[in-house]
Amino acid sequence: MLILARRTNESIVIGDEIEVSVVDIKGDQVKLGINAPRAIKVYRREVFEAIQEENRLAAETATGELPSLDEYIKKDKES
Amino acid sequence: MMTIETKAYGKIPIDERQLIDVPSGLYGFESHTRYALLDAHQKPFYWLQSLDDVQVAFVLINPYVFRPDFVLEIPDEDYQEIGEPEEDDVLVFAVVTIPTDGSEITANLQGPVVINRSRRLGRQAISLDPRWQTKHAIVEEMARRE
Repeated sequence: MLILARRTNESIVIGDEIEVSVVDIKGDQVKLGINAPRAIKVYRREVFEAIQEENRLAAETATGELPSLDEYIKKDKES
Repeated sequence: MMTIETKAYGKIPIDERQLIDVPSGLYGFESHTRYALLDAHQKPFYWLQSLDDVQVAFVLINPYVFRPDFVLEIPDEDYQEIGEPEEDDVLVFAVVTIPTDGSEITANLQGPVVINRSRRLGRQAISLDPRWQTKHAIVEEMARRE
């Protein structure tokens, strides 16, 4: 892994189109600014991991027995 | 018509129009790209059944059933992967988690499954709005709407 030291307001450039700059540093939190074309998706790593984990859980627990929501749906039609 | 093996109902006949290609797979299940979309016996759920592995199957729900205020906001790239469908051709589902310990069932609105129904192409997108999370308690949110 390439490791670079940067200060506030300094940046790095990845390829021709992506720039990551350090906007602010407070304690153990770093604010990053990311300039990239719209087609490049930028996510916090936790988002990917959370969706992966949720999919795994969903697949593991899915069986033929599904709960009934009729009670709640019926309420809708009456109201 | 063709017959497939399903996790929930064993061998069942399906129509070819129920086959959905998910070229990137779902997150964590990238190697499973061929699915069938089935009505569950229990409404309003659906099944997304892998054709590659019978044990890989997801329960889906239409998010508007429990969150009428849900707005599908996803990156352009997600639309591109399913062939930039017209609005009428987009189906949206949330993956449902039904814990075996009896705790509340939840639906994932952070990673909605979008399907272009005319080309039968699907993808798990990522919602841009952080309001949509991986665990929305379905029953609680249905009750709260009133």
